[in-house]
Amino acid sequence: MRARVLVRPKAGILDPQGQAVERALPALGFAGVRNVHVGRLIELDVEDPERLPEMCERLLSNPLIEDYEIVT
Amino acid sequence: MKFGVVRFPGSCDDVDALQAALRVGDAVMLWHAERGLHGVDAVIVPGGFSYGDYLRAGAIARFAPVMEAVSEFAREGGLVLGICNGFQVLCEAGMLPGALLPNPSLRFVFRQVSLEVVHADSPFTRACEPGQRLSIPVKHTAGRFYAPDDQLDALEASGQVLLRYTPGHNPNGSLREIAGVCNEERNVFGLMPHPEHAVDPLGGSVDGLRVFESMRAHADDRVLA
Repeated sequence: MRARVLVRPKAGILDPQGQAVERALPALGFAGVRNVHVGRLIELDVEDPERLPEMCERLLSNPLIEDYEIVT
Repeated sequence: MKFGVVRFPGSCDDVDALQAALRVGDAVMLWHAERGLHGVDAVIVPGGFSYGDYLRAGAIARFAPVMEAVSEFAREGGLVLGICNGFQVLCEAGMLPGALLPNPSLRFVFRQVSLEVVHADSPFTRACEPGQRLSIPVKHTAGRFYAPDDQLDALEASGQVLLRYTPGHNPNGSLREIAGVCNEERNVFGLMPHPEHAVDPLGGSVDGLRVFESMRAHADDRVLA
């Protein structure tokens, strides 16, 4: 089964990449953009999708600083 | 006393760490794919870019075969020092609290910083005086020490914050100016600055030697006891 894992910085954790993108967009004339966050997309084929949360918690994300979302 | 320096693919400060350790004792390299520690008395996880820093710095290295042995060595009370990428590896492995986030500048910082020895009652700082200043270089892109507020309070209360950046010297936005922390048992220590690059007058400072001398003194005491 094809799965996607989205990994984001946890709310409240400084996200300098998101801030840099948020500052860059108005410089190109794109006004009205807020709350930009930059994370990671991991795509994988997995035989047993029930094991995905464990994979996310043990390797794909660091639960102390990141949230993950599994999209199957 | 024999130090073991772990070498991962992508380590780059392993030789400097070995040379620094050789100034106070014997030292050997430990290859990442090996499971044995060759009877060393202390382990150094050095700086660099283990496994290319893929995914997150330190995330892959913690699963190296040698890390299983290092983890068991630490559980038995053995001294483990993580420098820079080594600090990141030990945090990812859950052997140290917290995490190292990207520098707010998103840039690689490389500069000499001034550190304050917060506690000198650890195996890694006992050759220092409390409050002593150490001049040691940092060089990293992800060195911003982070832990949730309640965990930071607990770390400070239990005296686990061994080194802080002095005012104006925090190069990476580390919370509460934390440069180095140890575990609760005080036998595992990680820091972002590089003591192994400050061991020869040619490099401008020999303050980094204090860390290796401290570990040596701790090992000598254990032999006598």
